[in-house]
Amino acid sequence: MSSPIVDLVPPEMIARYEPVIGLEVHVQLATATKIFCGCPTSFGAPPNANVCPVCLGLPGALPVLSREAVELAMKAAMALHCEIPPVSRFARKNYFYPDLPKGYQISQYDEPLAVRGWVEISLEGAARRIGITRVHMEDDAGKSIHDGFKDSDRYSYVDLNRCGTPLIEIVTEPDMRSSDEAYAFLTELKQVMQFVEISQCDMEKGQLRCDANVSVRPKGAEQFGTKAEVKNLNSFRFLKMALDYEIARQVGVLESGGRVVQETRLYNPDTGETVGMRSKEHAHDYRYFPEPDLVPLRISEEWRARVRAEMPELPAEKRRRFIESHGLREYDAQVLTATRTLSDYYEKAAAAAGDAKAAANWVMGDLMGALKAEGKEIAESPVSAGALGELVALIGKGEISGKLAKEIFAKMFSTGEAPAVIIEREGLRQISDTAALEKIIDGVIAANPKQVEQFRGGKATVLGFFVGQVMKATRGQANPAAVNELLRKKLG
Amino acid sequence: MEIASFTIERVQQGLRAREFSAAELAREALRFAEAENPKTNAFLHLCPARALAAAARVDEKIARGEDPGPLAGVPVAIKDVIVTKGVRTTCGSRLLEHYVPPYDATAVTRLEEAGGLVLGKTNCDEFAMGSSNENSAFGPVRNPIAPDRVPGGSSGGSAAVVAQGTAVVSLGSDTGGSIRQPASFCGVVGVTPTYGRVSRYGLTAFASSLDHIGPFGRTVHDAAVLLGAIAGRDPLDATSAEAPVPDYTAALDGQVKGLKLGLPVEYLKNLTSETGDLIARGVEVLKKQGCEVREISLPATDYAIACYYIIATAEASSNLARYDGVRYTRRAVGADTLSEMYRATRGEGFGAECKRRIMLGTYVLSAGYYDAYYLKAQKVRALIARDFSRAFEQVHVLVAPVSPFPAFKLGEKIDDPMEMYLSDIFTITGSLAGIPCLSVPCGKTAEGLPVGMQILTRHFDEPTMFRLADAFEKAGGAAGL
Repeated sequence: MSSPIVDLVPPEMIARYEPVIGLEVHVQLATATKIFCGCPTSFGAPPNANVCPVCLGLPGALPVLSREAVELAMKAAMALHCEIPPVSRFARKNYFYPDLPKGYQISQYDEPLAVRGWVEISLEGAARRIGITRVHMEDDAGKSIHDGFKDSDRYSYVDLNRCGTPLIEIVTEPDMRSSDEAYAFLTELKQVMQFVEISQCDMEKGQLRCDANVSVRPKGAEQFGTKAEVKNLNSFRFLKMALDYEIARQVGVLESGGRVVQETRLYNPDTGETVGMRSKEHAHDYRYFPEPDLVPLRISEEWRARVRAEMPELPAEKRRRFIESHGLREYDAQVLTATRTLSDYYEKAAAAAGDAKAAANWVMGDLMGALKAEGKEIAESPVSAGALGELVALIGKGEISGKLAKEIFAKMFSTGEAPAVIIEREGLRQISDTAALEKIIDGVIAANPKQVEQFRGGKATVLGFFVGQVMKATRGQANPAAVNELLRKKLG
Repeated sequence: MEIASFTIERVQQGLRAREFSAAELAREALRFAEAENPKTNAFLHLCPARALAAAARVDEKIARGEDPGPLAGVPVAIKDVIVTKGVRTTCGSRLLEHYVPPYDATAVTRLEEAGGLVLGKTNCDEFAMGSSNENSAFGPVRNPIAPDRVPGGSSGGSAAVVAQGTAVVSLGSDTGGSIRQPASFCGVVGVTPTYGRVSRYGLTAFASSLDHIGPFGRTVHDAAVLLGAIAGRDPLDATSAEAPVPDYTAALDGQVKGLKLGLPVEYLKNLTSETGDLIARGVEVLKKQGCEVREISLPATDYAIACYYIIATAEASSNLARYDGVRYTRRAVGADTLSEMYRATRGEGFGAECKRRIMLGTYVLSAGYYDAYYLKAQKVRALIARDFSRAFEQVHVLVAPVSPFPAFKLGEKIDDPMEMYLSDIFTITGSLAGIPCLSVPCGKTAEGLPVGMQILTRHFDEPTMFRLADAFEKAGGAAGL
């Protein structure tokens, strides 16, 4: 979708400018309970069911910080290579809204949980680090529902189930220079958050939300331009489209002699445009001050070390290892580290197979193909990683042919049985036993004197005919290499 | 039953001797409170069902031969800023006139577990903001000692019921003097424990970093027993302290000889001569008991009122934001937009003092003013706390007046907020430092108005505070000279 304004700004004009982009990303932590009370965070409960005096903001109720939420936030900070200072502090962010029952959000302000980190993105083969300014914790507000009720023309409804859900806000440095970089950053961030199991990052459920600060400057200029904050970027596609629109809009404004105004703009996915919000709506003075109901959050060396010890290997590290010590191609390493489940599966299969490259081919080829055909996720695979590895190992040991392995795999996929079970039951073990093969080969030679004549007469291609006959006689179980060797000996 | 003069000890004796059952006592206490309350307006509402149910539990325990607890059968009144499940909790505000909380404050749960009977909820300044109880939406409280005078505030009702005899003990809340000042005005004992000693869970917040729940009693012993029952770590309050709770009554042993007392010189100026004389005589009595007295300087005292009214109002402006008409708050009718609804609800609902403090607090937290006001006030608060820790390097206890003057007349100061704020000049320093302090009756003026003496100690040294107060009480206060 493109929009009229963007179409009016020619690409060569846009190309004279360099966009400067920073993101503010909210990630919902995958805790079982809310950040300041014991209410469940489960999605889809009836409205106002998962609530208590604390998250309802009733008079006298007090917040108590969830340790689980802090540990997930610490893991997020570690995954983003941030420093975690020994003390951080919560602060109140004050504003009125019907779905904010306390009249303030408990957030962090001048002493956040973590600072100074980075995320590496790779775009067209070139790696770049995007700086992370800070990571802080906060509680989510509830949800206001403005339509869908028969009296929606007069009333809004408020559901406070989400109120008090733990969030982290990740703020980047203004380090991105294109919408593609922003897209790549958010993709990498989401992958890391899922990998470390910090969040499911389901954008439709609001578990990952993104705002962008955008400005443009003439290429080569030192000074940043005036930025606009673009909100409501609720999918990866919208992020890219909104950024492209906003970059073109700002270039258009500057090229026509105007000035970019510092403001908050809302992306409208229906029109593909960003629209300035009335200044009154965003002229908030949040009157931050330290939250007196909570003591400062102190993170000891021991606590930090314990959480660090629980950290899994990050996807980027895994990719590097897959390339360097497993000998995978970069593309394959990318595919196999897309999710934690997939990479765990692959590593288990590779270990059982004893051949990491062959295991990679089987996982990405046959397994993912079969899963895709049935619309299944890797976690639902009927073939366990161990079983797939075993199958690959059998090929490596020459006990079954690659062709036979494919048939066995199909059976494994439909029955969930181990390869050995299928091979045993169906008598599919490859015949490498020379004595047994010699007997069969002798029979084939004896039955085809004409072809023996042809071969001995110099027609080398007839060998293929003999191999085929032997295979037929063994129902494909003969070891092809052994058959070839024996045939040459006997015919030659 | 002479219920108006009962102490906890007397209640327990009566129960042990089967002189009366807890149920009989509860019925008599309810009847007496109902009959006497019109004289003071100290109770906003009684909760007979709850009191009788608690009494029945006590009687059952006694019948089974179990220990019914240190507060068994004791009628307790609760300031109406402390939430009670199923019992209306108005905070003295129009906005919460019909609000019935779905849960109990930890202090209430604990005192009932100790056998206490919650008799009813007491009047107070709206959201605990005031020094005279005149800021209640439900009418002022009259001082039981002098009905044309205020009982003090904001816990005026809780002090008055104890002075009047309509409850044996009560719970109040103190942010800048709201327990000690009314205790002084009504001639009872009022205790502000160390910050964090009693859970704030269920105490409607005024200024969270300064809010305390504390007991009133007719004797030091009663206040000590009630504090012992409600004190201690609460997992529902992150600011509550882990420190173990000692047996406060064990400290009431009269051993005050050699105790070093400090008199803050900054507090002794600006006293009415009568209050000053009574405190001076009280100090002489303590000297006679063997205490060593010296003058101590708390130089940051001059900045205390300014510091307090910045921090307390800043926190209040945020704490009171939730009364917005969206959920439990009474909502103004006729508004067409959300912001109109907010304005109308809060404009109609809050009294003048709350509005004044919300505006002050909003201002001091505003962008561009935060550093000049809030941040500076926090630094002053640290200086005040340092003054106290330095003083406590030289002495065990500080002895001071509670209020510069005794109970004033209804209406006398209500139109002059600055004059009213000065009522708290001697109490807010202790609140800002978070140290334990209490008011114990010192004597009476020529007109018969009570004057309290304030005793302040180190963090968590409630035992020394109670020991000295108890010895002073037993000596007869200033009259013991």
